[in-house]
Amino acid sequence: MAKAQAATHKPEMLLDIRDLRIEARVYPPDEAPKTITLVHDVSLTLKRGKVLGLIGESGAGKSTIGLSSMAFGRGGVKISGGQVLLNGRDILTLGPAGVRKVRGREVCYVAQSAAAAFNPAHKLMDQVVEAALLHGIATRAEAEKRAVALFKKLSLPNPETIGNRYPHQVSGGQLQRVMTATALCSEPDLIVFDEPTTALDVTTQIDVLAAIKDAIRDTHVAALYISHDLAVVAQVADEIVVLRNGRLVERGDTHQIIKLPQQDYTRALVAVHEIDHTEKQPSPSPMLSVKNVTAAYGGGVVKVLKNVSVDLHPGQTLAVVGESGSGKSTLARAITGLLPPEQGSISFDGRTLSNRLADRPKEDLRQLQMIYQMADVAMNPRQTVRTIIGRPLEFYFGMRGKERDQRVAELLDKIEMGTGFADRYPAELSGGQKQRVCIARSLAAKPKLIICDEVTSALDPLVANGILKLLLDLQQEEKVAYLFITHDLATVKSIADAIAVMYRGEVVRYGPKSQVLEPPFDAYTDLLLSSVPEMEQGWLETAIQGRRMESAGN
Amino acid sequence: MSSPILKLIAQRIALGLLLLFAVSVLIFVGTQILPGDVAQSILGQSATAESLANLREALGLNDPAYIRYFKWLGGILTGNLGTALSSGQDIASAIGGRLWNTLFLAFWAAVVSVPLAIGLGLLAVRYRNGFVDKLISGLALASTSLPEFFIGYLLVYFFAVQWQIFPGISTVYDGMPFLERMKAIALPATALTLVVLAHMMRMTRAAILNVMQSAYIETAELKGLSPFEIIRKHAFPNAIAPVVNVVMLNLAYLIVGVVVVEVIFVYPGMGQYLVDHVAKRDVPVVQAVGLIFAAVYITLNIIADIAAILANPRLRHPK
Repeated sequence: MAKAQAATHKPEMLLDIRDLRIEARVYPPDEAPKTITLVHDVSLTLKRGKVLGLIGESGAGKSTIGLSSMAFGRGGVKISGGQVLLNGRDILTLGPAGVRKVRGREVCYVAQSAAAAFNPAHKLMDQVVEAALLHGIATRAEAEKRAVALFKKLSLPNPETIGNRYPHQVSGGQLQRVMTATALCSEPDLIVFDEPTTALDVTTQIDVLAAIKDAIRDTHVAALYISHDLAVVAQVADEIVVLRNGRLVERGDTHQIIKLPQQDYTRALVAVHEIDHTEKQPSPSPMLSVKNVTAAYGGGVVKVLKNVSVDLHPGQTLAVVGESGSGKSTLARAITGLLPPEQGSISFDGRTLSNRLADRPKEDLRQLQMIYQMADVAMNPRQTVRTIIGRPLEFYFGMRGKERDQRVAELLDKIEMGTGFADRYPAELSGGQKQRVCIARSLAAKPKLIICDEVTSALDPLVANGILKLLLDLQQEEKVAYLFITHDLATVKSIADAIAVMYRGEVVRYGPKSQVLEPPFDAYTDLLLSSVPEMEQGWLETAIQGRRMESAGN
Repeated sequence: MSSPILKLIAQRIALGLLLLFAVSVLIFVGTQILPGDVAQSILGQSATAESLANLREALGLNDPAYIRYFKWLGGILTGNLGTALSSGQDIASAIGGRLWNTLFLAFWAAVVSVPLAIGLGLLAVRYRNGFVDKLISGLALASTSLPEFFIGYLLVYFFAVQWQIFPGISTVYDGMPFLERMKAIALPATALTLVVLAHMMRMTRAAILNVMQSAYIETAELKGLSPFEIIRKHAFPNAIAPVVNVVMLNLAYLIVGVVVVEVIFVYPGMGQYLVDHVAKRDVPVVQAVGLIFAAVYITLNIIADIAAILANPRLRHPK
């Protein structure tokens, strides 16, 4: 009531960003420090009670622009030009004390990783009501009452008592909802959602997304919703702004952006990136055969793989799909010998592999390579690309000098990067280029099998698409087999020949791609498939209604 | 209170006791391999062979080493620290008053230095890399770099000789009025404070700066908290474990490392007592004082460990 009254006195235009320019000082290796511009004169407006989606790939400046509405520059970033009018006044001119009165009161923030954004030392309730108490919006009793009501609205379990828990006692999806409650608790005019569901499993994402959408609708709060996933933004936003390299590409209402994009870049984002991949038929004798493998952590206490059996045929791709905690990465650890199985056996190329990594001959190690999700931590930052790719050549084949450099050049050519990259350091490469170097490094060993563990998950969609195409081309040329671990079903459709769906350590569905993706589905596969956001307004409501089971809640 | 945490604490205490036992063996062995004969040093050079043999028999020096060790240990466990060779006094009663004096001095030095160090550390983080931070760090490092005997004499020169505010010799006696006693320990307590301040301050600063990188600090900033509230409410609680560790290490130093300062100010504490008896080669006293120092040291470190365990919400509130 009071809020509705107050709102009538406030201007209809809540946020008006004019010619925003944001710069940062960077310190490149072997070069003098320089100032780079992250955001180039971007203007945008948001009306009271509306949701504006900010979309773009990494480096587009989405988060930087979102945080500017709180007059905040992350990590030494400086807002060097333009105006940010919030409720009719420029908050960039308020000074530190004035800005503190705006933050947590008129604008609140929901971070990507709620798990890191909550203080581990304090109970959730204390953190939820903190801003409301600080700004004198409510007494403690009122604020807690409001928090409990918000917990209920966001369908958190045990809304009366969950506030007494500590962050580590609550799952990631629940924490993300508690963070939304925190933002709503001080009844702000605007909430900045910074990729709030990106770190979640696809089956959890849909719940959190629905909770956020309901909460926005019922509280009439305005929101900036930042994401790299257009399909997700399309579910919640009234309008969408497309950003690229710190510049505004296109803005329009949601329907227009996803159905009638005007700019080429927006069209590329909207286009469905499924790669046409014809399924290969299984060969008579599989190359990798995992038979009844059971593995556990903590000396057999925590069973993470239960009686898992899968086969992989030469030159083909087996996709292992599941949400976090389903045991898919553990399967890779068991196959590579990093986590010796308790029971079962793994045969490779007609022979049985030793369970323990230490017992395997060099030849087994060579034929079985791995590529990881985080390319930048999988490489030594102090080695050049030449050293990184050359290392397996020296180690497995004893190549030296010119012969080695020749082969490195060939490999760089294979991953569609020129020899000019040989003397660069990992820090001088983009995310996609880093992953390509990792692919070249694994290929250098001439393996028969490469285990790819979420290799495209940390990449922007267009870049990821390029990596998948490259992997398929290389499979054609080198006849290498992939064990492809992922949580992303679109990826699976693009490259798999066979699919194993894992749930809580067990394979719940397994077979050739065409069979696995063909109804009738078991309950879990159905949940997994129906949780993948589609670029369609109203998809969220339909999907929630049609669900047959709850997610595991990770 | 949950069982895993009790188990962890019990483990720490058991380890501490084991360590103390090992130290007692070391102290005993160490003093045994020192040259010199106790009976000889009691009776002097002019003693006859017969009287030496009699005394050895009476003191049990003819028993094998391990029997003497267990007799010694048994005595300590029943509160009997033995008798000083030089004076024939009961060590326990001689130490009693002195231990209390040392603890009194250490207590007040800690009361001043710990809050001061942590407060300065917080202040240094608040104004990190600025003038205040550099001033605090500079002064604290300077005070640590000066050896304690130099600081001690500096304090005596100005406060006792030039301005005559505090006594230069810290005489205390039983039944001394509290304020008099405080006045007497003012200078040694100040000297100790200056010695331990910088270490605690620098570690507090480093531990909190480390926490300031966390995402939840940004959350607090975006809630509109002021910089000092962020440090106090959100950073400090997560830096308790390392801070407590360094505080306890310095508290132990206040008790165990007080020797030089006590000698400068002629303060009748454990340090003075120890130094006197080392000079007199009074082995039972050295053993007893060594064991007490070790016990203090180990106890404080166990307390630090337990505090660090209790400060961890993951251990306090398991899933």
